[in-house]
Amino acid sequence: MFALAAASSLELLQFSPPGWGANLLRGLVNSVLIALGAFGLGGVIGLAGAFGKLHGGPVTRDLLAIYTTVVRAVPELVLILILYYAATDAVNRLLLGAGFDRIQISGFAAGVLVLGVVQGAYATEVLRGAIQSVPAGQIEAARAMGMPPGLLARRITLPLMLSAALPGLANLWLIATKDTALLAVVGFGELTQETRQAAGTTKAYFTFFMAAGALYLALSLGSNALFRRLERFARRGERA
Amino acid sequence: MKKLSLSLAALLLLSGAAMAETVKVGIAAEPYPPFASPDAAGNWVGWEVDMIGAVCKAAELECEIVPVAWDGIIPALTSGQIDAIMASMSITAERMQTIDFSNKYYNTPTVVMGPKGVDMTATPEGLAGKIIGVQVSTVHEAYAQKHFAGTAAEIKIYQTQDEANQDLAAGRIDATQADSIALDAFLATPEGAACCESKGAVADDPDVLGLGVGVGLRKGEDDLKAKFNAGIAKVLEDGTYDAVSKPYFASSIYGG
Amino acid sequence: MTRGFWMPHRIGMAALALAIAVWCGVSLRWDWLPEYLPLAAMGLWRTLWIMAASVVLGMALAVPLGLAQAAGPWWLAWPAQAFCTVIRGTPLLLQLWLLYYGLGSLFPGIPWLRQSDLWPILRQAWPYALLALTLSFAGYEGEVMRGAFLGVPKGQLEAARAMGMPRATLLRRIWLPQAVARALPTLAGETVLQLKATPLVATITVVDIYAVASKVRQDTFLTYEPLLLLALVYMAVTGLIVLAFRALERRGPARR
Repeated sequence: MFALAAASSLELLQFSPPGWGANLLRGLVNSVLIALGAFGLGGVIGLAGAFGKLHGGPVTRDLLAIYTTVVRAVPELVLILILYYAATDAVNRLLLGAGFDRIQISGFAAGVLVLGVVQGAYATEVLRGAIQSVPAGQIEAARAMGMPPGLLARRITLPLMLSAALPGLANLWLIATKDTALLAVVGFGELTQETRQAAGTTKAYFTFFMAAGALYLALSLGSNALFRRLERFARRGERA
Repeated sequence: MKKLSLSLAALLLLSGAAMAETVKVGIAAEPYPPFASPDAAGNWVGWEVDMIGAVCKAAELECEIVPVAWDGIIPALTSGQIDAIMASMSITAERMQTIDFSNKYYNTPTVVMGPKGVDMTATPEGLAGKIIGVQVSTVHEAYAQKHFAGTAAEIKIYQTQDEANQDLAAGRIDATQADSIALDAFLATPEGAACCESKGAVADDPDVLGLGVGVGLRKGEDDLKAKFNAGIAKVLEDGTYDAVSKPYFASSIYGG
Repeated sequence: MTRGFWMPHRIGMAALALAIAVWCGVSLRWDWLPEYLPLAAMGLWRTLWIMAASVVLGMALAVPLGLAQAAGPWWLAWPAQAFCTVIRGTPLLLQLWLLYYGLGSLFPGIPWLRQSDLWPILRQAWPYALLALTLSFAGYEGEVMRGAFLGVPKGQLEAARAMGMPRATLLRRIWLPQAVARALPTLAGETVLQLKATPLVATITVVDIYAVASKVRQDTFLTYEPLLLLALVYMAVTGLIVLAFRALERRGPARR
């Protein structure tokens, strides 16, 4: 009986129709793409936020503190709803008020924006801690030699802070890949949504959810391996 | 120079607005056979999907199907993410406060489904003490809350009708109320045929259950509404409606 | 301290925030509040007790998980490690749906289940929500506890063993208390993360505060008001959790 169940499960998961395997993989690709976009956007926001918190004026620092506190206190699901519905509505109302046409924000773009904003708050804290861990002496020496601030950031701060930031960033990447599942609640076609659709149409809930779990697990194990190598690269030259 | 570039910009914006725009038609992202469900290749198939194609062709509109989560489909319409809803959404007075509807394009009865062999009628008395499952944000949820909440043990709200059907098969709920055709599609599956059967139609309540299914539109979009109405009238007239329905249903579901 | 906080720009920002709050209170629609207040209170209670119960139970499960990985034989350590890896490698939403709908889809194949004593529990949704959240918390905290157990200075353990202390006593008197003490400072943050995980249970029909807000959104079609209030509620609860843990830390023994 188990063999029969297993055979029919495998049939459902095959790559080409009537198997749903291709759908699931397409969903996985969407998940990874959104996670990449969100991680990248979060990194950019985080860098800006970290520099703002360290070198900005008092108002900037307070606004950033409000941003990070709100994002870390409100569940991602609620933030996704707020940004997906309320923010797009507000943006469109502003545009209409100013006389322009509505802009159509694709589901992908909305997902990247929403998750990116969430990631940005956490990334701000991670990067701020990493920047602060760069030995002050090196920065002073560079400044004493007259290095302009842009060159200083590019040649000294960023490379040195990378090794301190990597564990936190690795964690954020994993959070990004798992948070994409929440976009299923707003109906975006990433892996969890594709799984739910496949399960709903074929009624083989157990099979598909296990398959999706296996795919996510493969993604996180692969990411872990990748980040371990990145960390080894970033730590080259450091004392063991 | 400034005036020239400003007028160029204005011209571009105007021309952009004048170009034929794709009408984004929202459907529910959750499977709702036989109206709309994804197939193994990832395409959306079903009676409603075919009907969208037919109506848009008759109305000479360029339509793009956009799946949106059902419980956010009206906010998606009002905020501009989609331009129309063709997701088996019933025309009700409550919804008309927020959005507008075209004329109806089908109307089918509402039934209650329950486990096989259990004595149950689709009335408040018949459902006394039972746990009823309904899909969120549907006329069925409104109906159940209005008529059955007094006698039923509990009314559970599900994200999709599918999940309600699943829980009925699993025995977690005692009954579910939904559109008769959608439930028939479930009863045609092996799981549905094994576990459940229809318990009959509910007493009609047009205020809650609505006057049929129409295309949801933003308020004020009279132009688009006229186009959709023209499209619906045309497919009904020239036989396209019956041609589309033939592979799915034995008789017309346009209703009275 | 208070003087330093209320610097001129902060006063300006506070005034602006107050102005925004007043504008929101006046111009947005809040007439639905009185009607939904009792339901909201119940939803909030559900959120709070599911969060608290899953934290307590999850922590109770995390300690043996961490210990197994830190000191156990391979046939205990590997399953514990695998459990933590799987939990941390898959989304909570998926785990939740797998437990509720995945297991539920197996029920029709086990007909005798409905007569068993477990049925009333298997029927409802909250046990699955509690289980999923507990396992999730245990998975993450198991990893934390592993680090905590390994972080206790080895010298203490060696000294105790050298003095002939039996292993159970060593665990009870030295290793466990110190490991737990190392993990406690992170507990406030982890509890907040658990709070942020609770909204997901609304997708399996557990009516928590998020589900109540969703209901308000569906019934009133309002976009901003329910979501803003919901965000405020979560921020308030987070603040309370942080304050509560800070008060607990102060009452504990003074740290070196």
